[in-house]
Amino acid sequence: MSETIYVPQDSGALSLGAGEVARALQAHGARRGEMPHIIRTGSRGLYWLEPMVEVDTAQGRVAYGPVTGADVESLFEAGFLDGKDHRLRLGLTEAIAYLKKQERLTFARVGITDPGSLDAYLAHGGYRGLKRALEMTGAQIVDEISLSELRGRGGAAFPAGIKWKTALETSADRKYVVCNADEGDSGTFADRMLMEGDPLVLIEGMTIAAVCIGAAQGYVYLRSEYPHSYRALVRAIDAAYERGYLGEDVLGSAKRFDLEVRVGAGSYICGEETAMLESLEGKRGMVRYRPPVPAVEGLFGKPTIVNNLVTFATVPIVLEKGGRFYKDYGMGRSRGTLPIQLAGNVKRPGLIEKGFGVTLREIIYDYGGGTASGRPLRAVQVGGPLGAYLPENELDTPLDYEALAARGGLLGHGGIVVFDDTVDMAEMARYAMEFCALESCGKCTPCRIGSVRGVEVIGRILKNVEREANIALLEELCETMKFGSLCALGGLTPLPVMSALRHFPGDFGLSPSDLEAAQEQQALTGRAPQG
Amino acid sequence: MAIEPEWDKEAVRSIAFSLKHKPGALLPILHEVQGRFGYIPAEGIPVIAAVLNLSRAEVHGVVSFYHDFRSEPPGKHVIRVCRAESCQAMGAVALASHIKRRLQLDFGQTSDDRLFALEAVYCLGNCACSPAITIDEELYGRVTAQRFDRLLARFEGRRS
Repeated sequence: MSETIYVPQDSGALSLGAGEVARALQAHGARRGEMPHIIRTGSRGLYWLEPMVEVDTAQGRVAYGPVTGADVESLFEAGFLDGKDHRLRLGLTEAIAYLKKQERLTFARVGITDPGSLDAYLAHGGYRGLKRALEMTGAQIVDEISLSELRGRGGAAFPAGIKWKTALETSADRKYVVCNADEGDSGTFADRMLMEGDPLVLIEGMTIAAVCIGAAQGYVYLRSEYPHSYRALVRAIDAAYERGYLGEDVLGSAKRFDLEVRVGAGSYICGEETAMLESLEGKRGMVRYRPPVPAVEGLFGKPTIVNNLVTFATVPIVLEKGGRFYKDYGMGRSRGTLPIQLAGNVKRPGLIEKGFGVTLREIIYDYGGGTASGRPLRAVQVGGPLGAYLPENELDTPLDYEALAARGGLLGHGGIVVFDDTVDMAEMARYAMEFCALESCGKCTPCRIGSVRGVEVIGRILKNVEREANIALLEELCETMKFGSLCALGGLTPLPVMSALRHFPGDFGLSPSDLEAAQEQQALTGRAPQG
Repeated sequence: MAIEPEWDKEAVRSIAFSLKHKPGALLPILHEVQGRFGYIPAEGIPVIAAVLNLSRAEVHGVVSFYHDFRSEPPGKHVIRVCRAESCQAMGAVALASHIKRRLQLDFGQTSDDRLFALEAVYCLGNCACSPAITIDEELYGRVTAQRFDRLLARFEGRRS
């Protein structure tokens, strides 16, 4: 009989009643005199099955889900502690096709271990990367990262090795390591799952970065919308301090590294790295001009490695198994694996970590099972609110930074949001402009004013006021925002707007030939700047 | 942390003093003050500014920049509804209309008896369980109009 029951404490699972399930398991277990040990884990990322409960058997963990508090009694009756049959039994967890076909490197421990337990982390291969890094010079660590061809997973996909090398080679009295955990893109939740499921892997990755460049202080900039992540992170940081994995003498290396979590305050723009640094310094989250890049002049004007959480969480396995091992996954110039987050109107939403190159169609249909509503799929937004909308006929696009860019889109942080045929794409375009207006830091004019004008222009198009002239104006405005904005918010908001217009002109009251005519007219008047 | 009804100048000063040693201390201080009083009292701004040796304008500028910081006391229960894309794809617009009708509030408003405040939020990271809302600190996923009404009933019972 299983001595242990695993119940997720991931906020997604909690939002579906995992807390109530854990309480019911405890209460019923006590009543029956069977007092199994309940371990709260992260989520496996099979969200349509959450809350998913697992037990140990001789063959491996067996899963049951989705479980409600009302199912608990019948689970005990059926003998679920021995892995016996029940209508919610899903079989061996690892054999569930959705999970089995994945390539989990960064997410290797998520959903399996107690996120606050350093012993569990060590037992599952944790801190091998740091131990190896402590035997290497900064330059050797940079070489290993460069060899892996790991690129920033926040969206910009900048090679991590180059960033680290720059921070290493810039001399200064102090350096910093900052983790961007301001995961504001709709459709993304990989950072959150890692923090709640395996926060120590982030801590290890940041410690390796600190050892590499000689930084003594690190910060995790966490969005305020993630209170569960905050608690999980703080608990893991405390555990690491207690055992000497953080603090004045990291693992007896005589190297100091202190780590603190700082909480944002509901500003999307603070996910932009320079706005985030301003926010960490206690100021308004206004985007900075670049250069200098943060690796040269970052937090408090000192050389700073700023990476996304997934990037840092991938560093330990690169150090442990070598850059070559990691690089063997993926395609083209996108090497390694990507934690893909599948959301929106889809039957089986969740976290799918795969080597780059898997197509949107495989993700949405083979994993996701198509739309949740059962209606035809109409559009897919890839890469968050600044990503392009793609129609059904582009679903064979592989998930690869260059392939998405070639289709006028972006891969971003790896979020995919599926829409069925009830979506009004002109409304989605207007929403993209509204969101930009709401979240603009206000520093540059194209973003601050362009977004407000964009909302108005789309409003006029929808009211059929001088439709063609306003379409031409919208195109021109988008060009201005794209080329004139200081950062990705203003610069990329045209992506969802223009892709909606190009692929779904009917929603804007246009036929495809009308759209062509409007574009020709714009080309003839020559008002759009040349890119 | 329990929200205290009245703001208190000395408490604000002592929060500011206890955190001023941190580099970039202003956000941690503002979070602490809001955690204690539920909002950032306008009269507290000069107090914080003095402790950090900043101008009042600088502190006010930070308070007004971030969506989280409130300048008025909030309703007793804050309901936040996600308006972002993934939730929209799963019916968040209709859910938001239902909630507004049910509470007789628009986004950004607080009920006359100050029991409920309704706020829009842009992504709670619960996109795989859309649509999502929070009531106070609690996150809820796959929320339907019926589930919302059931949740609300727990709080409305305490209204009379």
